[in-house]
Amino acid sequence: MKKTLSLLLLIALLCGLLTGCGGGKAESAGAAGGTLTLNVYNWGEYISDGSEDSYDTIAEFERWYQETYGQKVKVNYDTYASNEDMYAKLSAGAVSYDVIIPSDYMIARMADEGLLLELDFDNIPNYVNIDETFRSLYYDPDNKYTVPYVFGAIGILYDANQVDPADVTGWDLLWNEKYAGSILQFNNPRDAFGTAMYRLGIDVNSTDKSDWDKAYDALMEQRPLRYGLVMDEIYNLMGSGEAAIGVYYTGDYFFMLDGQSGDVDLRFCAPEHTNLYVDAMCIPKCCQNKELAERFINFMLEHDAAVANALYTCDASPNRLVYTDEAYREEMGEEALEILYPDRREFAETYNKVAFRNLPPEILEYMNTLWENVKIS
Amino acid sequence: MKTASRVFTVLIFVFLFAPIVILLVFSFNDSKSLSVFTGFTLKWYRELLHDQTTLSSVRNTILLAVSAMAISTVMGTAASVGIHRLRSRWLRATLNTVTDIPMTNPDIITGISLMLMFVFAGRLLGLSQSLSFWTMLIAHVTFCLPYVILQVLPKLNQMDPALPEAAQDLGCTPLRAFFKVTIPEIMPGILTGAIMAFTMSLDDFVISYFTSGAGFQTLPIRIYSMTKKTVTPKMYALATIIFFVILALLIVSNLTDQDRAKARPLRQKRSD
Repeated sequence: MKKTLSLLLLIALLCGLLTGCGGGKAESAGAAGGTLTLNVYNWGEYISDGSEDSYDTIAEFERWYQETYGQKVKVNYDTYASNEDMYAKLSAGAVSYDVIIPSDYMIARMADEGLLLELDFDNIPNYVNIDETFRSLYYDPDNKYTVPYVFGAIGILYDANQVDPADVTGWDLLWNEKYAGSILQFNNPRDAFGTAMYRLGIDVNSTDKSDWDKAYDALMEQRPLRYGLVMDEIYNLMGSGEAAIGVYYTGDYFFMLDGQSGDVDLRFCAPEHTNLYVDAMCIPKCCQNKELAERFINFMLEHDAAVANALYTCDASPNRLVYTDEAYREEMGEEALEILYPDRREFAETYNKVAFRNLPPEILEYMNTLWENVKIS
Repeated sequence: MKTASRVFTVLIFVFLFAPIVILLVFSFNDSKSLSVFTGFTLKWYRELLHDQTTLSSVRNTILLAVSAMAISTVMGTAASVGIHRLRSRWLRATLNTVTDIPMTNPDIITGISLMLMFVFAGRLLGLSQSLSFWTMLIAHVTFCLPYVILQVLPKLNQMDPALPEAAQDLGCTPLRAFFKVTIPEIMPGILTGAIMAFTMSLDDFVISYFTSGAGFQTLPIRIYSMTKKTVTPKMYALATIIFFVILALLIVSNLTDQDRAKARPLRQKRSD
């Protein structure tokens, strides 16, 4: 008797709780009867979000969609920290997103595995805004799956107050003994090995283990000169002048300029051989509303959205409307434009040569083993 | 010797609170720098109020923590009562060990195995996506439950078993005796358990990370994903606000604890 009673009571309590929450949910679903849902999965801090009086891309899209198609859209905007995180969740079939913005090598891998849907470019008329040189790149040779969002390069950053300009010759700067103890290296294997391989003139997509050994030796040789292996920490280390030389992505350099202290004078050097990367918008196989997703991609290519996003992320945009925009050019400044948009015409050719490709599993594993040694030594 | 111990105490406090103070100071910094203070501003707080993505992740986090706390407190209390009444010592020991597993298991293993289970169940049910608010809630209840049991069970063991029996002797139904006598007696354990469940759920990252679905991200996941660029000072502002809210909660709960401590001897005298 006692037992049944307490059990019944517990069930009653639980039901109360569940219906309490459930009721709320049913209500919102009812109100959302005519509302479409779009799930977007993007990198963190990778879209203009209305902060500091900037353009609020998501809100603008929702407004624009209702005006144009007379239907309400609710955008669920989620963020991830790395391509691998995003891949793990999507490939397990655990979540369903309508638009994702991965990097090039991940796109190639996902396309290979059949995780991407072919785009219907009739719904993306603004694709004409994308410069020809950013089409048909290696990860999507037939232009079926992707619309490029940003591109960029890896470059060397240095504090002009600590580094002699005569020493800034390219990758050698990262191995210059004069600056022992104040050099920063990437804390991820692909980029770190990349810097050594570009310096040595080795193909970064080499499948020959001896090439990787050479790069490994170079990283070990650099070890006594390094301040440390860093990713995000570079913002504070470079900004405060604690480290004098670092290597990072172009877009982030301008982010860093914002936060540098008074006695630091950050400069950028683009080495002759370096990595170029592209992040592009795609629609994964789990997409629930492909037409809506395509309209979102199309919206992202419009003048206002594209310019606002380029200004917000400080990354280079493959959209013609962006780099021909007067206000944009003025805001970024000539110097920044030169760094962000070097020789656009030859982009495709250089890119296909230097981009990081998906490595075969055994090479990937070998690289990771070597990397463990670099890290623990 | 005395000075040495004083210096040591001061040092410990500096290490404990310096990070929070730095965060607090730089949430008012005019520039994005974490090394120079260029001027006082409230703009990061203003911006935080306009950042819909972050605000919705805060809402999600609180909604999840409150629901997980409520469910795991009720279930945990019920489970403790059940375990407490078991006659077989062996069975009780086994159940205790089993409930401890989610607590001692590394988060990453709990997270991945839960995700695999949800995906598997989702496939069986033919869902287009298996992870959602509900899977996250189940996961949070799973890892909060042992903490509640751990707090409630000792209180039940401390309680004089004659008390509910006496209540029934005096005419209470068993149910009434449970609510009138047992529950008030173990209330401190239930409250501590609830607070622990709330805080565990609030700051969990690893398990949430594996079980979160589209459209429902919590604050820890949101902050982690900012690492592609840099964590903006908005987050310092948010952390400062959270810190003060928690501090206020702690002070309030300590004050009520003191009240109760004062009240207790009186009540005991009366029951004597």
